[in-house]
Amino acid sequence: MSGTMNAGARRGIGLLADPLILSGLVLAGLVFGMPLLKPVFAALFPGLDRPLYEQDSFLNLTIAHVVLVGASSAISLVIGVLAGVFVTRRAGREFRPLVETIVATGQTFPPVAVLAVAVPLLGFGAAPALIALAIYGLLPITEAVVAGIESVPVGVREAARGIGMSARGRLLHVELPLAAPVALAGVRTSVIINIGTAAIASTVGAKTLGLPIIVGLSGFNTAYVLQGALVVGALAVFTDLAFERLGRRLDRWKRDSA
Amino acid sequence: MSAALSAGGEAAAAPDAAPFNPVLLLLVVAGIAGAASLYPLTRAPNRLLAGQPVPWSAVIEGGRALVMLPALILVGGIAFPRRRGIQFLVAAAAALLAAALLWLAGDAALRLADPAAPAARISFGGAFWVLEAVFALAAADALQRSGMSPAARLALGALLAVPLLLVLFSGAADSLSILKEYANRRDVFANALTRHIEIVGGTLVPTLLIGIPLGIAAFRRPALRGPLFSVLNVIQTIPSIALFGLLIAPLSGLVALLPALGSIGLSGIGVTPAIIALTLYALLPIARSTAAGLEQVPAAAIDAATGMGMTRGQVFRRVEAPLAFPVLVAGLRVTLVQTIGMTAVAALIGAGGLGALIFQGLAASAIDLVLLGVVPLVALAIAADVLLKLAVSMLGRNRA
Repeated sequence: MSGTMNAGARRGIGLLADPLILSGLVLAGLVFGMPLLKPVFAALFPGLDRPLYEQDSFLNLTIAHVVLVGASSAISLVIGVLAGVFVTRRAGREFRPLVETIVATGQTFPPVAVLAVAVPLLGFGAAPALIALAIYGLLPITEAVVAGIESVPVGVREAARGIGMSARGRLLHVELPLAAPVALAGVRTSVIINIGTAAIASTVGAKTLGLPIIVGLSGFNTAYVLQGALVVGALAVFTDLAFERLGRRLDRWKRDSA
Repeated sequence: MSAALSAGGEAAAAPDAAPFNPVLLLLVVAGIAGAASLYPLTRAPNRLLAGQPVPWSAVIEGGRALVMLPALILVGGIAFPRRRGIQFLVAAAAALLAAALLWLAGDAALRLADPAAPAARISFGGAFWVLEAVFALAAADALQRSGMSPAARLALGALLAVPLLLVLFSGAADSLSILKEYANRRDVFANALTRHIEIVGGTLVPTLLIGIPLGIAAFRRPALRGPLFSVLNVIQTIPSIALFGLLIAPLSGLVALLPALGSIGLSGIGVTPAIIALTLYALLPIARSTAAGLEQVPAAAIDAATGMGMTRGQVFRRVEAPLAFPVLVAGLRVTLVQTIGMTAVAALIGAGGLGALIFQGLAASAIDLVLLGVVPLVALAIAADVLLKLAVSMLGRNRA
């Protein structure tokens, strides 16, 4: 009896030693359990009348944040893959240096700047945030798709041509699958940047996890700031680890199928 | 012609390359479409209200359209995708057009100014931004087609900004809203810019002092590498606004416990936590590039130096460090561009800088105030990027 308990406990500890699962549990705990932490924040910040951000639930804010990042990243991914494929085809080759210049220069633009100039064009709210995030997220994805397709060995391309695959078949069944791990790294960069930029987007009126931070900063409520920062930080770390795991899976699958 | 072609330094001219420049064609079409469908300027009763469009006819009246004549070179350039001389001509024409358009806008703002309505503001419209973007991209495409080295392209590209800057600093654009905003807040702007640069500089010093030794340690002790870079990577993952926020409570707590720390400038909000957070972010690229730089030093070079009788310290100072330096500078470029951008976010915790103008402008819906923060912010980031890219390519050449 005690032996099985020990085994179970050991397995539990083993799971907790997995950073992905641990960060997922921390994230879920913060999102669902924040009201339970109210006494803790009250004790930490005795000077505050309202030690817990309650204008909106952290679950709602997290969902809104994830939806904003997810939607903008989906747009970036579609356009980024199309652009990356286009400039590596014969028809688009002439455009490749220009696309590379735009991607390199665009990434030196601070995300805040992109967000701020979207406002005069689109007004306040979720729309400018969505467009700004999608445009900014496009750059690392395009870069990585081009690098991924470039990384396909010439021999593999020749072989695919040799066995009579069409250009379309080579792209869909050879180039894109082999480019996937490199492209995924670009998607990871893009999504992580966008999680942070989406938090700042609450300054232009988008409802995200940045809201408690901004409300707390302007109202001198450090507890609000801490709560928002903890949840958005946990979300970013969990997402990053999830991408890392996915990348490893993809690498293993690529090795096994090779 | 064929001699010019072969001497023209064109890069990879595939036999089936297009007989015209499709990129320039697309840019010219986009420019014409943007100019025709959008307005060059807008006019608003004051700095907060939305503007009404000002048509092209009011901007180019009295033969002023003549300053846009270099546009003919852009159109003509479409037919010569690989002639080197034509590429320089196209780049120069694009630079002149960018300056001419700003002059046109400034001149129109001066003429349209109404003494009876001193608060009225004339701002750039969509067509202005589209055309300026087209000119910048046309110049970039032409420079790439010229077949020059990347370093020469960057240097010439920086030179091409001169006409635009001349118009800007000549005062010809002073009647435009963004420059009126600047004139009204000259001191605030100067303070914000100085503060921004101070924060970036203040971040760079501790970053180099801590990051380089960390990188050297990671290179010497591979066991340290994994844990060190994992921790630094997690820090990089945390959104800047969250890291700034996470530091407020512990730092204010520390100052409450030890008031002496407060007297030397430590506090939960302001410049100090900004520099601490920015340094934490900047450590990863610096430590990683230091380690990567040392790793790519050829073992043969170290063997040779040891064989010549150099001590371990001499090998490091005279062989490893100089050979690792260009990689470190490349890492410094990433750090600097990243820090310049993130410093804008630090305005939210009261650190000041250009971000303060942006967030004040956003809060007040004063778009020109937002631009007064955004334009110099982007210019700083691009300038840092170009300068350090130039430094890297020059270091690389000296080594070769």
